[in-house]
Amino acid sequence: MQETLEKILQTYHESEGNVISLLQEIEESFGYLPEDAINWFSEQLDIPPSRFYGIATFYAQFHLKPRGENIITACCGTACHVKGAEKLINSLMRELQIPSGEDTSEDRKFTVEKVNCVGACSIAPVVIINKEVHGKMTADRLMKEIRKIK
Amino acid sequence: MAMQEGSIVVKVCMGTGGIAAGGAAVVSAFREEFESAGVRASVEKNCSVHNVGCRGFCARDVLVDVIVGGEKTTYEYIKSDMVPRIVEEHILQGRPIEEWVVKEDYHTFHEKQVKVVLSDCGEVDPEDIESYVGRGGYSALEKVLATMTPEETIGLIKDSGLRGRGGAGFPAGLKWEFARKAAGEPKYLICNADEGDPGAFMDRSIIEGNPHSVIEGMVIGAYAIGARKGYVYIRAEYPLAVERLQIALDQARRRRVLGDDIGGRGFDFDIRIKLGAGAFVCGEETALIASIEGNRGMPRAKPPFPAQKGLWGKPTVINNVETLANVPYIVRNGAGWFAQFGTEKSKGTKVFALTGKVKNSGLIEVPLGISLREIIYDIGGGIEGGRRLKAVQTGGPSGGCITNEMIDIAVDYESLAKAGSIVGSGGMVVMDETDCMVNIAKYFLEFTQAESCGKCVPCRIGTKRLLEILQRITDGRGRPGDVELLEKLSNDVRSASLCGLGQTAPNPVLSTLRYFRNEYEAHIHEKRCPAGVCKNLLTYSILEEFCKGCTMCARVCPAGAIVGEKKKPHKIIEEICVKCGACFEICKFKAVKKG
Amino acid sequence: MVSITIDGRRVKVREGATILQASRENDIYIPTLCDDPRLEPYGGCRLCLVQIKGMARPVTACTTPVSEGMIVETTNDEIEDLRRTIVELLLSDHPNDCMVCEKAGDCTLQELAYFYNIRKNRFYGERRQYAERDGNPFIERDMEKCILCGKCVRVCSEVQGVSAIEIAYRGFSAKVCPPFEKDLDCEFCGQCVSVCPTGALMGKLSMGKGRQKDIEKVESVCPYCGCGCNITLHVARNEVIRVSSRPDSLNEGWLCVKGRFGFKFNSSPDRLKHPLIKRNGRFEEASWDEALDYVAQRLGEIKDRYGADAIAGLSSARCTNEENYLFQKFMRAAVGTNNVDHCARY
Ligand SMILES: Cc1cc2nc3c(=O)[nH]c(=O)nc-3n(C[C@H](O)[C@H](O)[C@H](O)COP(=O)(O)O)c2cc1C
Ligand code: SF4
Ligand code: SF4
Ligand code: SF4
Ligand code: SF4
Ligand code: SF4
Ligand code: FES
Ligand code: FES
Ligand code: FES
Repeated sequence: MQETLEKILQTYHESEGNVISLLQEIEESFGYLPEDAINWFSEQLDIPPSRFYGIATFYAQFHLKPRGENIITACCGTACHVKGAEKLINSLMRELQIPSGEDTSEDRKFTVEKVNCVGACSIAPVVIINKEVHGKMTADRLMKEIRKIK
Repeated sequence: MAMQEGSIVVKVCMGTGGIAAGGAAVVSAFREEFESAGVRASVEKNCSVHNVGCRGFCARDVLVDVIVGGEKTTYEYIKSDMVPRIVEEHILQGRPIEEWVVKEDYHTFHEKQVKVVLSDCGEVDPEDIESYVGRGGYSALEKVLATMTPEETIGLIKDSGLRGRGGAGFPAGLKWEFARKAAGEPKYLICNADEGDPGAFMDRSIIEGNPHSVIEGMVIGAYAIGARKGYVYIRAEYPLAVERLQIALDQARRRRVLGDDIGGRGFDFDIRIKLGAGAFVCGEETALIASIEGNRGMPRAKPPFPAQKGLWGKPTVINNVETLANVPYIVRNGAGWFAQFGTEKSKGTKVFALTGKVKNSGLIEVPLGISLREIIYDIGGGIEGGRRLKAVQTGGPSGGCITNEMIDIAVDYESLAKAGSIVGSGGMVVMDETDCMVNIAKYFLEFTQAESCGKCVPCRIGTKRLLEILQRITDGRGRPGDVELLEKLSNDVRSASLCGLGQTAPNPVLSTLRYFRNEYEAHIHEKRCPAGVCKNLLTYSILEEFCKGCTMCARVCPAGAIVGEKKKPHKIIEEICVKCGACFEICKFKAVKKG
Repeated sequence: MVSITIDGRRVKVREGATILQASRENDIYIPTLCDDPRLEPYGGCRLCLVQIKGMARPVTACTTPVSEGMIVETTNDEIEDLRRTIVELLLSDHPNDCMVCEKAGDCTLQELAYFYNIRKNRFYGERRQYAERDGNPFIERDMEKCILCGKCVRVCSEVQGVSAIEIAYRGFSAKVCPPFEKDLDCEFCGQCVSVCPTGALMGKLSMGKGRQKDIEKVESVCPYCGCGCNITLHVARNEVIRVSSRPDSLNEGWLCVKGRFGFKFNSSPDRLKHPLIKRNGRFEEASWDEALDYVAQRLGEIKDRYGADAIAGLSSARCTNEENYLFQKFMRAAVGTNNVDHCARY
């Protein structure tokens, strides 16, 4: 961990970073924002940890808890909404047995997150499975894709 | 991408839509075929495969242009396994494959469009600056630097009548002039590529399809206002656009159209990318500035305006992607040329993301002032499944709806505003009779409420209460007086909120109330959802006379709410039914009734 | 100076002043919740909305600078209507606990509810609920009563330079909290408590010690250090239950943890009230004359026997400058040594 942190700190200095870009790097490296990492940077940079926390909880991109191995992003933008995104999400949650109010399955294999439009509305509804965009999604096809990686 | 005489060129759609449909596999299939089939040797011509950006019709992806001897054939729905046949029959034997060629509607989709900003999208290779330069790219910058003063540049943009495409429609030239005249150094130019409107993807497509037009526009803008440093604030949800922009910036620096001493004319300007981190409110200017400064994206009161005190307290211009991408074309072709499109007060063209229940959904560019009917029926091909148009939501969560009765309205800033909506950033969602307008209003409120930054009371608590009222109406718990309360609170939130988010969040409610008040009332007084959308107000039942007892419904019902013997009429037990509608969808005999 | 018109009155105000400042200087009342003249303007509560002639929408007085010829209306039916909606919205997400709330009687929100005569609230719905209590020793943080005016956050960063708290999350879920929502761990200067307009932040030591009507306010000076901060003792039943400080004092109302929360000694039974002299291994009460004579006698003896430099003096930062001057004079002139120091001279 220490090594990764040092590297991030270096990029921060080299690229005129700010707290947001720093958090983006941490999130990118660890998949979430470990508390220790934040406290370490706070000390190194003499920036109060409250600022990190305020920013980390403001932006949807950041997560304070570890997430699933597979990230499934369901678009809930307008176009996808009118094309039935909600149904897709419901069937996803059921299939992966993710309790309501949570976004990650208990075995931490899957995280389902919602996003507001990924800009591919003309192939709505859109689901992104591990960074790969799938358009014109149907519940059946989605289940097939999920079972492939399950 | 200099095209050689008689060469064979294949252009494959590699926007987000094209890639999602398997564009990358198609590209490599072509490459492989060209290698292995020795195409070059047998036709004795240079063959090349190019990635091009989105041409706006992603629903048909992967779209592939095959250009043989200047003759262009476009194929739709291409998968990689179809490539060998194209190479064999079309390229080697000269016989295009008719059944795969795009149909009539591909052409009607494009016919009524007027492409300015999108004119090079789908033509140039976004990852190759030479391809843009080959079509006149960066000649506008050269012209500005060589022959025009900053003031003349501002004058030109003012004359063209270009208005901001990010939402508010503020004249771009005027904004530049304010910043030029504002005291304070250094000055900044920010390109707003946050594109938060859920259901809009104009800016993504422009950056993915032709990033250099945005860069060129920015350099010209920077020259005009006297900025030395610029930022593109772009959503992290657009990874492809970010990557292409980064490539384009590197290429532009190498070609010296960006960086120090641009074009050898002593003007310095450089651009950095700042990634958004997932907050719609950061599209608002002051929140965007806070975010670039590395803070929570909370707006602040204006004045002072960013043109006076913006990034780091210095004069700052923030322009939308499309606004900036228009600039090179205006400079190249003249203010008069641009002003010929559009109306008296709304000049030029506007890109819209046409989505929803329309047959041809996609990205379109039309002259402002075109009628909504032309957009929906001529370009969009009408409503999906032959249903009736109910309304079109323009301007996304900040906008409002235009009803079927107003379909001939001219799409420009003034006319839409008069109808209680806005042009906004260009989202255009088509709804048919199966869409419930109360539900649509609730959807937008859900969005804005979740995106409220929480700084000010009317937005933080007001949008929450609005949403709760809509929730209870759609749940069948609406009470007499709720419509009036909704209207009153909407108006108060609009007047009292700090930033544009709260000030416009109630618009979808107000505009649906204006045109579809009866739907609200049906929900409240008759506990009925006329469109048959709101779950709690629906009941599913089986019409005995149609039911053949096929048992399909009983098998798909997740709640086990359907009983009945094989070959005998089935029955739904209302108390158990969770109203998922699975039975309704599966029944082949239309025996399940929703209502 | 620029001249503007507020509610029909022509007034001259300093350039760069906000409408709110201009109004206050001219005794025109505008309700506020998030403004504090000592902090950067925020514009969050929206209560100070006023109408400017020629502007389409109302603007906040606390953030809008005056400009020549501006015509401002601070109250009219429309504006009062908006303010009322804002107060009702706030109350719809509030415990409305006034009956048992420590702040009752001194609470801006309560006062607004009173002036707008809000008996029945048009709005209702989900309320923020936080089960966990902050276990820090000094400050009771009841975030359900927080109206997110942001004053505590601003004072902690702008004035105290600590930034122990920040607004986290966003929208309806926004919440003022220490990092990772742990217990507050800071300087406990209580500046945040002093600016909070509601009962969201209260000193733990004062909880349950008396209502506003029982309190007698006594002006005093903080006994802890030579800064001499002005303090106001809140006395109930002859006991100091809280210390505050007036914003118009020389310390602008700011105190440190000792001044604000270190008042318990005042009623401690262990407190020294007479000089003590150690006799036969035990401290015994003595009169001042006795004690002073004893000290003078011992100092004289030591000086005679070992010389003046065998004596050193250390004075306290709790003495005034004058007292400290006299003390060093005494050491040098009367005792005859330069061995004199002061606890704050590090
Ligand atoms: C809540 C909110 C979100 C916005 N989102 C965007 C956006 O995503 N992209 C954009 O260009 N403008 C957005 N705007 C408008 C910008 O604040 C700003 O007006 C615009 O970028 C100015 O550029 P223009 O004059 O070229 O249109 C948003 C405004 C608000 C209030
Ligand atoms: S209107 Fe909403 S988004 Fe804008 S400042 Fe207020 S709370 Fe934040
Ligand atoms: S609507 Fe769903 S739950 Fe109800 S009967 Fe049909 S399948 Fe079952
Ligand atoms: S904070 Fe004020 S309004 Fe709230 S319960 Fe306490 S006294 Fe009442
Ligand atoms: S007590 Fe002082 S240091 Fe602690 S949070 Fe309050 S203002 Fe900040
Ligand atoms: S705790 Fe008090 S001062 Fe801080 S934001 Fe909440 S209401 Fe304002
Ligand atoms: S709404 Fe889903 S991609 Fe735009
Ligand atoms: S990517 Fe092919 S048309 Fe959009
Ligand atoms: S006092 Fe002006 S907005 Fe709160």
